[in-house]
Amino acid sequence: MILIHCPYCDEKRPEIEFANAGQAHIARPLDPSGQSDAEWEAYLFIRANPRGRHHERWRHIHGCGRFFNAVRDTVTDKFETTYKAGEPRR
Amino acid sequence: MSGFRLETGGRIDRSQPVTFSFDGKTYTGFAGDSLASALLANGVMLFGRSFKYHRPRGLVAAGSEEPNALISVNRGPGRFTPNLRATGVEIHDGLKAFSQNRWPSLAMDFGAINDRLGMFFPAGFYNKTFMWPRSFWDKVYEPAIRKMAGLGDAPTAEDPDVYASTYAHCDLLIIGAGPAGIDAALGAMDTNKRIVLMDEQDELGGGALADPALWPWLERSVKALTDAANVTILTRTTAFGYYHDNFIGAVQRLTDHRPENEDTPREKLWRIRAGEVVLAQGAIERPLVFDGNDTPGVMLSSAAKVYANRYGVAVGKTPALMASHDSGWHDVFALAKAGVGISAIIDVRESVDSALMLEAERLGIPVYLNHGVVGVNGRHNVSAVDICDYGNQRVHRVNTDALLMAGGWTPSVHLWSHSKGSLKWRDELGAYVPDLPNENVVCVGGCSGDWDFGTGAVIDMLPTPKDQSRIKAFVDFQNDVTAKDIKLAVREGFRSIEHIKRYTTNGMATDQGKTSNLNGLQIASSALDKPVPDIGLTSFRPPYTPQTFGALAGHAKGALFQPTRTTNIDSWAQAHGAVFELVAQWRRARYFPKAGENMHAAVNRECVAVRSSVGIFDASTLGKIEVVGPDAAEFLNRMYTNPWKALEPGRCRYGLLLKEDGFITDDGVSARLAPDRFHLTTTTGGAARVLNMMEDYLQTEWPDLDVWLTSTTEQYAVIALQGPNARKVLEPLVEGIDLSAEAFPHMAIREGTICGIETRLFRVSFTGELGFEINVPTAYGRAVWEQLMAQGAQYDITPYGTEAMHVLRAEKGFIIVGQDTDGTVTPFDAGLDWAVGKKKPDFVGKRSMARPDIVAPGRKQLIGLLTDDPNVVLEEGAQIVADPKQPIPMTMIGHVTSSYWSEALGRSIAMALVAGGHDMTGGTLHIPMPGKTHSAKVSGVVFYDPEGARLHV
Repeated sequence: MILIHCPYCDEKRPEIEFANAGQAHIARPLDPSGQSDAEWEAYLFIRANPRGRHHERWRHIHGCGRFFNAVRDTVTDKFETTYKAGEPRR
Repeated sequence: MSGFRLETGGRIDRSQPVTFSFDGKTYTGFAGDSLASALLANGVMLFGRSFKYHRPRGLVAAGSEEPNALISVNRGPGRFTPNLRATGVEIHDGLKAFSQNRWPSLAMDFGAINDRLGMFFPAGFYNKTFMWPRSFWDKVYEPAIRKMAGLGDAPTAEDPDVYASTYAHCDLLIIGAGPAGIDAALGAMDTNKRIVLMDEQDELGGGALADPALWPWLERSVKALTDAANVTILTRTTAFGYYHDNFIGAVQRLTDHRPENEDTPREKLWRIRAGEVVLAQGAIERPLVFDGNDTPGVMLSSAAKVYANRYGVAVGKTPALMASHDSGWHDVFALAKAGVGISAIIDVRESVDSALMLEAERLGIPVYLNHGVVGVNGRHNVSAVDICDYGNQRVHRVNTDALLMAGGWTPSVHLWSHSKGSLKWRDELGAYVPDLPNENVVCVGGCSGDWDFGTGAVIDMLPTPKDQSRIKAFVDFQNDVTAKDIKLAVREGFRSIEHIKRYTTNGMATDQGKTSNLNGLQIASSALDKPVPDIGLTSFRPPYTPQTFGALAGHAKGALFQPTRTTNIDSWAQAHGAVFELVAQWRRARYFPKAGENMHAAVNRECVAVRSSVGIFDASTLGKIEVVGPDAAEFLNRMYTNPWKALEPGRCRYGLLLKEDGFITDDGVSARLAPDRFHLTTTTGGAARVLNMMEDYLQTEWPDLDVWLTSTTEQYAVIALQGPNARKVLEPLVEGIDLSAEAFPHMAIREGTICGIETRLFRVSFTGELGFEINVPTAYGRAVWEQLMAQGAQYDITPYGTEAMHVLRAEKGFIIVGQDTDGTVTPFDAGLDWAVGKKKPDFVGKRSMARPDIVAPGRKQLIGLLTDDPNVVLEEGAQIVADPKQPIPMTMIGHVTSSYWSEALGRSIAMALVAGGHDMTGGTLHIPMPGKTHSAKVSGVVFYDPEGARLHV
């Protein structure tokens, strides 16, 4: 069972306290109505599936409840780092 | 030949005889014996029948790597455990053990015919032979094969035992308590580290238990470790899996070795998080591959030494050794010292260390170098072996009653591999050893390839002058895989060891290749003419040895499998004979049958009561979220499809929630209590999901909004009071709220008291009747309910359950999200476009409602269905076709989502999702059901009181 560092609690906690919330750094367009079908499709459906470093969102759902970002290696399943929502991509 | 108890020696307690049975026959052993050693001491050589060919099999090993001697233990009703290794079962008085995979008896087994037909059972035999006809597989082939080929019987009765589980943390976890593991523990003992030392056996020592010279050291060491306050020792504990971040799963066997079944837990699951792990699992001796190597009496030489030195049992009177490694020589020297006569040492090598030769000569043991065993005589027991002089290819016979194999050593890298540590190939060992770690872990001792057993030659199988196609030289004893099978797989084009493994089953199942992996690799390597590292290595997977489901499940079974959520009113429903159903994890009253009533009658009566007088319903399970803050209205306006900012305090609104893809995900009525405070309700099953979704948007998309979300689902008991007499029941009990239609209209909320208890009183209706939903603090739910029941008695107030609730809402065309929608239904599809704020610039899901595939024609839309025969209630889930006469397979254009008998209308009603359904009103559709195809007219979804006159009273 993986240990995940919550950047808000500043604690490493077992993964059962967390929930994955998909790829990170996909901001909802500020004006969805102004999006073309293709742009909206890309926002809604198109996601990276990298082999290696992957930016994703997690929620410390059975802890502080905060969403945060993480860099996880999809090959080794190791977390490289976690950081607060709103901070720049690492 | 047969084994026998030596006059002296061993760690058994000869003053404590133990009586047990095997296949119904009674035997005696001593305290400290394993089932294997005790049976061996009684001359038993035959332990089981092999998996596929039903060949007679005896012991190969003395530890958990034993592939053959799988037995069942029966500890009474529900306490039947199959597939235990006899080498790991401690005997106790009354132990009842049984052999497996034989009928009618172990000595005379009809299935053994498979062995004679062996030429017809090559690798991939089942796949090749039983492919056709396909329809025969499930009913004919597979049951027959399963009966013939297999391991022990699965237990049939419920397991009455209790299993414990615990979490533990330590700085240093040492797995394996042989000399290397004990040394690691002694070395760390004087630090302030919290240390856990575990071993699968009943006492610490590992290989040292078979080496009397080490016993004084062992005794001192165990005492020192036992006395150390920072060391926890776990015996009979198998580390079965190594998971991320030094998380180890282990099962401790607590009671199976004791004579009586006890109330205390049988096993305990340990989940251990360790700072550092030391793996000291040791190494497993490798069998040699030659014709007849599975005959009972052929075993690992290290095992023979364990039986002699640890258990005081000789495996034969005059065993011979077949070696390719020095360690076998040392083993038979130890046997000679214990008083066992050695008939011969046969070694495939042309020369060995002169010290070995001298010792053999001193002990008077005949030595055959550059020789190999090419045949084993005896079926249930070794009587002689044929050995070939590789110099001149001549074969001659050596009389012996047991044959010991010493094929070198395989480091136990199972847990290391679970942890994703890498391996490197070492040619001189013919084995993979740990290379780079992936966790904070080190391997020490035998499992790191570090041992002092001497050296050996690495060979795939013993050379033989015999026709290779006519011999049975086993690689995997447990799965009955021969060298021939692996060569056949290569001839048939398999190149990767992963494919060879699956085609031949080498190294699969409970064994995980402990004795077979490396020999299989060597044979495949020779056949492919490629170095071993080039053909790969299969993955080791947990569990290291099989574990019981009981230990893994722990307390999570029966009623404790998952929590059952109950409301404060649940106890009243229970006392009043409710029939319950589970909705998500909630237990809800489905209906309240009176004496003699079936569900149909009860539901009809409950529905009539609501429509004609008053019904009462426990709606406490509704999801509830308190939304508070200056931006609360703005937030809801962005989340829900409809406008919220203009909603006045004291009013309610039906909210429809989409996902960003435009599909309905939840709905519910919500109330504005104050400019900055809303009381949201969600579906019973959607509460957690909706809160998570709202938190997601609030935290990550609109962190600038000043809003707080709090789950209040469990803070309120909710009582729905529905029916024309609802107000009359409520009036005498409520204070501080004017209940008149003018002061308290439909879709309004008021705060006051009921029976003196603070309440948030909603005037809402999920039935189409005058209705109220009374929210009180949870603890008062049942008390208020009982007051309402008393007050409503004069109106024959009727409790109703979820079934009547469903009928009543369906009569009004109210959807249930998840029943009438399926995650691909838009508000327009569901006929809920009235709930979408057309003027709102944005809300979650709005942009998607203009996606090309969502505006395209032919989408499935929600319609009503009225069967031509009003007495037919369609099956929910039934498929719908336009033309019942079309050829099969028919084109299905939709399905029935909700279907009930409506007592109010005196006929059946149904809702359905049908492609292009909104344009079909008045048309006829057909619903094929078992026995008959029914026809139905397409209607709107509001079947009862379409004007809503009954609501506004």
